[in-house]
Amino acid sequence: MTDNLDNTIPTPSCGGEDLGQVKDHFELFHTAPYQDLFEYKRQFEGAHSRDLVAETAEWTKGWEYREKNFAREALTINPAKACQPLGALFVAAGFEDTLPYSHGSQGCVAYFRSHLTRNYKEPFQAVSSSMTEDAAVFGGLSNLKSGLENSYTLYKPKMIALCTTCMAEVIGDDIGAYITTAKNEGHIPEDLPVPAAHTPSFVGSHITGYDNMLKSILKTLTKDERSETTNGKFNFNLGFDPYIGNIRELKRILGLFGIDYTVLSDNSDTFDSPNTGEFKMYNGLTTLAETADSINAEGTVFFQKYTTPKTQEYIAKEWGQKTYNFRPFGIKGTDEFLMTLSAITGKPIPLELQQERGRAVDALTDSQAWIHGKKIALYGDPDHVLSLIQFLLEMGAEPTHIVVTNSNDEFEAEARELLTNSPYGQNGTVWGGKDLWHLRSLMFTEPVDLLIGNSYGKYLWRDTGTPLVRIGYPIFDRHHMHRYATLGYQGAINQFNWIVNTILEELDRKTIVPSKTDISFDLIR
Amino acid sequence: MTTVEDRKALIDEVLEAYPDKAKKLRAKHISVQEAEKADCGVKSNKKSVPGVMTTRGCAYAGAKGVVWGPVKDMIHISHGPVGCGYYSWSGRRNYYIGTTGVDTFGTMQFTSDFQERDIVFGGDKKLAKLIDELGELFPLSQGTTIESECPVGLIGDDIEAVARAKAKETGKPVIPVRCEGFRGVSQSLGHHIANDTVRDWVLPKADEYRKLPEGFEPGPYDVNIIGDYNIGGDAWPSRMLLEEIGLRVISQFSGDGTFNEVVMTPLAKLNLIHCYRSMNYICRFMEEKYGIGWLEYNFFGPTQIAKSLRKIAAQFDETIQAKAEEVIAKYQPRMDAIAAKYRARLEGKKVMMMVGGLRPRHVVPAFTDLGMDVIGTGYEFGHGDDYKRTAEYVNEGTVIYDDISGYEFEEFAKELKPDLIAAGIKEKYVFQKMALPFRQMHSWDYSGPYHGYDGFEVFARDMDMAINNPTWALINPPWA
Repeated sequence: MTDNLDNTIPTPSCGGEDLGQVKDHFELFHTAPYQDLFEYKRQFEGAHSRDLVAETAEWTKGWEYREKNFAREALTINPAKACQPLGALFVAAGFEDTLPYSHGSQGCVAYFRSHLTRNYKEPFQAVSSSMTEDAAVFGGLSNLKSGLENSYTLYKPKMIALCTTCMAEVIGDDIGAYITTAKNEGHIPEDLPVPAAHTPSFVGSHITGYDNMLKSILKTLTKDERSETTNGKFNFNLGFDPYIGNIRELKRILGLFGIDYTVLSDNSDTFDSPNTGEFKMYNGLTTLAETADSINAEGTVFFQKYTTPKTQEYIAKEWGQKTYNFRPFGIKGTDEFLMTLSAITGKPIPLELQQERGRAVDALTDSQAWIHGKKIALYGDPDHVLSLIQFLLEMGAEPTHIVVTNSNDEFEAEARELLTNSPYGQNGTVWGGKDLWHLRSLMFTEPVDLLIGNSYGKYLWRDTGTPLVRIGYPIFDRHHMHRYATLGYQGAINQFNWIVNTILEELDRKTIVPSKTDISFDLIR
Repeated sequence: MTTVEDRKALIDEVLEAYPDKAKKLRAKHISVQEAEKADCGVKSNKKSVPGVMTTRGCAYAGAKGVVWGPVKDMIHISHGPVGCGYYSWSGRRNYYIGTTGVDTFGTMQFTSDFQERDIVFGGDKKLAKLIDELGELFPLSQGTTIESECPVGLIGDDIEAVARAKAKETGKPVIPVRCEGFRGVSQSLGHHIANDTVRDWVLPKADEYRKLPEGFEPGPYDVNIIGDYNIGGDAWPSRMLLEEIGLRVISQFSGDGTFNEVVMTPLAKLNLIHCYRSMNYICRFMEEKYGIGWLEYNFFGPTQIAKSLRKIAAQFDETIQAKAEEVIAKYQPRMDAIAAKYRARLEGKKVMMMVGGLRPRHVVPAFTDLGMDVIGTGYEFGHGDDYKRTAEYVNEGTVIYDDISGYEFEEFAKELKPDLIAAGIKEKYVFQKMALPFRQMHSWDYSGPYHGYDGFEVFARDMDMAINNPTWALINPPWA
């Protein structure tokens, strides 16, 4: 029997409920005391009147604002691009026991490490020369010498992949000569490979840095490695592709084919290492030996053309090797990839993949109605955006505003051609060199049904109310997206799943208010 | 051997991995707290060792990312190439109230996106044009700051001249901040530089810029909150407590702060500073120039909150002192209950910390309130005065490390076997792979607030969920 006296309801002290009800920022600041506090604080803020703010907010949504916005020449707002060293460190991390090294001031590397870590929720290890004012005056040689010596001694890498920062570039550090000096003076072993890439932030973007570092690594490791005969393998490179699931999917496909391959920069474990209770510093899966031997392959296949122009030119010219460009995304992109792969290797397309294709097409057919004619805004890196345009067109969606901050003329021509050749691409416009604040104006003046892009799109989602599908890099605010494949037929299903179900979620949201909008709040869709 | 000797031996052992010169340099930065020593015995604010993984950032990160960036109704230009602005975009959770892109700009990225031609020909004209374009597109902005990135200083641009001309033309403040990343040894210099721009570019014209609220009269209880950046909303529960004890907060400076609040600061009677490291400079200046006193306080955990409230109240009259006691008494039972609840699950757990400006010392008592024991702590970018202030908070035998490298941190953790590590995003997954519970002490792991009484509840819950996360038990497979 319970003693009733023990059951008296406790008097809340300071309005607190039971101890389990901890209110964090999601709830706390919506409670009355905090709302009052915000209101009280306003008097000191020198704030504009609420009417003026509302009126100005409306003005930013119109055509007049759009024209002003597109007239700007000097100002960049919310760009969809990062800078070179990010791409350089990213590609370096896919190689065996390789230490990514950034020569310049140390703040940059702190940013790169944080950025990659936030996307993958994995450790990302890289060092810098920690250059300060004295290096600005006297150059970075002494920092580089001790930096190489310390990092080599402490972290025992088999390769140090060194890229520059703005600072090193502006003061004109001759990194090639510096590395030679460091070796001659015995700071690091003579035979330690130290590929180096010039990667100033004021040229290109992260995809340029990717290209520069990949080329430098290949050049360094394949020196004097050419043999008389080919090794019978094919090299594959995915470019600045944030989905580690794609590398694993590619390897599965190649396994099914029975093709011998080398993935140039396999970072699938770097950004998704198992938790075994032990921290392992290096997880790059492409060995230095197989990289050295990549010069003897039958050919090299690239999935990102605009991320690797210099590397491709180098391979074709210096190695005399055939290079291929595919975008194995969506159905047609994957078809083309598999057919050519089959043709060049003489191996038939595996039955399993044929069945997968059937399943993917079946899935697309089942759900196509929800996406047919939907207007879509998208942004990202050039190759990534081209893959998406092609995939959306083959499903009958209408890519409408396409924003690529790190674009070039060739990309823009290719994107326009893709759009022109499809009945669903006729209203598509390509905005090279523009940023997400331009996209905001586009979306307000010419609204679309859906937005596809990285996490930064959430601000556009909030402002315009357009549902957002998160595809790209970085994705900070949703977990585990990078683990999936977007490549191949399986990847097509994944991407399609994200797109269609976002549309269905939005339908639910729009039909959710009881007795007002919930007439079509259907169970079966 | 005593703990102190054990730990000294451990330090020596860990440092063995370095080349001689680096070992010598690093040895000065690591020590063990001994009783009655006043300053933790480590060197600080020196250059990081090249090639050794430091967690430090740069002056730009300190100026734009910490001090100026959260002033919400101004536009902060990342002046130079695209990268710095991009990586610092929305990285810190400086909460604010406002319509982003209209009257507030906290989660936006503005950059001059330097190209090669800007490096060759200089970026001043582009900067001037850019400020005109900002005026066209964001008429409600209350001013502009220009945070210069590495190349700007190296090519010798005169951003001060542009700032002067544009401020005159637009009638709004334009503040040049010379925070190129190569200046100084960490983000710490960036804080100082940003403070100096307040001193040189803002306060001299404060009377001109200031918009006083209707009927505003300076009062005896006017205070400012300085150096609370409102991470996860921290400054709000802090402000609430100060107002509950009868003070009037007239400026929150840079946590949900506005430019007007910045220029309100000289009107107050007292500056209350939370992050001493990043903003003591401007407090010292205001003391010298306006005779406004300043006081460092600590709102982590009930023990320090009560102590700080009393210390703050002691600066005022009996009315405030009485109210402070009332407020402490009001919250204490709830805090005792919270501490008791979580103590049951956290008592005796060992913690190692490594954070930025104030937390390596300020959070220690909050852990103690939960019965936890901090066995190692240190700063990314602390100075001698920070380490002096730390001695008061830590026990004998605590390992103290300045600018600890990734390698040292991992080795110490392997040997000292803490139950929790509290540091930043770059460290988080390293330790989680080692099956060590971890909380981010810069961003509160996207939780928060942690300041004030409301914050302590969240803090306690979060430490519990990190340490008592059942997935730690899944790491070893049953067949192993």
